[in-house]
Amino acid sequence: MATLKVLIVDDEPGIRSGIKRILSNYFVDFPFLDEEFTFELQEAGSGEDAIEIIDKNNTDIVLLDNKLPGMDGIEVLEYINKKEFDCSVMMITSYASLDLAVKATNNGAYNFVPKPFTPQELKAAMEGITKNLYLRRMTKKLNKEGKQVRFQFLSVLSHELKSPINAIEGYLRIMKDRQVGNNIDDYEVMLNRSLERISGMRTLIMDMLDLTKLESNKKALDVKKIDIVDIATLSKDTMTPMAIQKNIKIFIDSNPEHIFLLAEPEKIEIIFNNLISNAVKYNKDNGEVNCVLREENNKIKISVSDTGIGMSEEDIPKLFQEFMRIKNEKTKAISGSGLGLSILKKIVEEVFHGSISVASIPDKGTTFTIEIPKINIPL
Amino acid sequence: MMNTLKDKTVLIADDDMDIITQLSLQLTKIGMKVITAETQKDAESIIEKTKPDLAIFDLMMDNRDSGFILSYKLKKKYPEVPVIIITGVTADTGMMFGLESEEQKKWIKADLYLEKGLRPEQLQMEIKKLLKI
Repeated sequence: MATLKVLIVDDEPGIRSGIKRILSNYFVDFPFLDEEFTFELQEAGSGEDAIEIIDKNNTDIVLLDNKLPGMDGIEVLEYINKKEFDCSVMMITSYASLDLAVKATNNGAYNFVPKPFTPQELKAAMEGITKNLYLRRMTKKLNKEGKQVRFQFLSVLSHELKSPINAIEGYLRIMKDRQVGNNIDDYEVMLNRSLERISGMRTLIMDMLDLTKLESNKKALDVKKIDIVDIATLSKDTMTPMAIQKNIKIFIDSNPEHIFLLAEPEKIEIIFNNLISNAVKYNKDNGEVNCVLREENNKIKISVSDTGIGMSEEDIPKLFQEFMRIKNEKTKAISGSGLGLSILKKIVEEVFHGSISVASIPDKGTTFTIEIPKINIPL
Repeated sequence: MMNTLKDKTVLIADDDMDIITQLSLQLTKIGMKVITAETQKDAESIIEKTKPDLAIFDLMMDNRDSGFILSYKLKKKYPEVPVIIITGVTADTGMMFGLESEEQKKWIKADLYLEKGLRPEQLQMEIKKLLKI
């Protein structure tokens, strides 16, 4: 329950107490919200008093008579507008003229209630203004958060892109100045590190493109009937060169033999590429990757397990954050963009309305499990 | 002139192993002793046991403000040890941490703020200035 502060500005005490009576037990609720709004009422007999109260308190709604003894209602309205207070103003006046209405609207009054009014009229007007105020504040808040998230993402991204550039630039300078002598062999490690950083950067850029595609293109474009076992096999083949270097075996076990789904092949590819490449990267030498595919109860279940380094309980929640990479002795030699799993989560949840979960035991291995509903479209 | 930095100990903390390699190379070449840490935690435990003559901290490591935290901790224990914060974050990301104004010096406990990609001679010069050599 939220309480909105309402200031009643009228020079007639009878009107003020009348409004107070009508609104004291009144509340506004919305079908789309759990929240209920009640009103805390304050009074001012003049424009000057009103301004003093508004300056001091956070007033949410002002019920404002135009004809006041000193400064008039429009002047109060102009003051609120100039100071950019976050409140809504309703004009209550018996001297409503077109001229006044135009002036008040230009100065940001939300609506007019002509005097005399019935309790029902006042309540209806209060409901409108409350809704307006709530939506306005909500929009403002969301815009602000959206911008913040975007800014944070960009600033971290530029850090992630600049780090490899700095590292490579440093190595090139060392080589240019021949800091460890004239023998090219002595620069072997630096050359290799530079190449590795470049390939890391390439991965990051590719992942970025995936993410951008996801964000800018929410509607599925290239939906086809696909066999996810085919795509898993393709992904396995792609990752095999990397697996051979560590003597890791990749197995695919599917039941039934073919599992069909209506989807964009590219998206399913991203899922398998991410899961299998992680399972290889974070594995130990001579390890295994087991990719288990099941279809049951109109659900498709994909689980990919490795026999790798695993991770601690507290690291698991960090996994899906953008640019989050678990940093420790075991992971420091492994390169990654820090975007893969956040992309994966986005695809699973936003495109396929599915879920992703992780189970892990340090030094034993990790299992990622994805469940996506198989929507019943005749294939 | 080169010998003046000889045997001074520098603590370098950076989560980028390539930056550590490069800084170590530059600084050992001029005779400095180098201790390195790749995480904020490692750097903290080094500070507990060892007093360096100078520290160079990367800004963003485990935390986005690891450099500031390390700087604060080091200064608390050894107020006289100069700290350089290095980072790849520049004005173009909208994030700037200069140490020019008194206001900033009050809460950023570092002596100098440098961009990554500094030339070795420049870095040496800055270090000498800080160590008053």
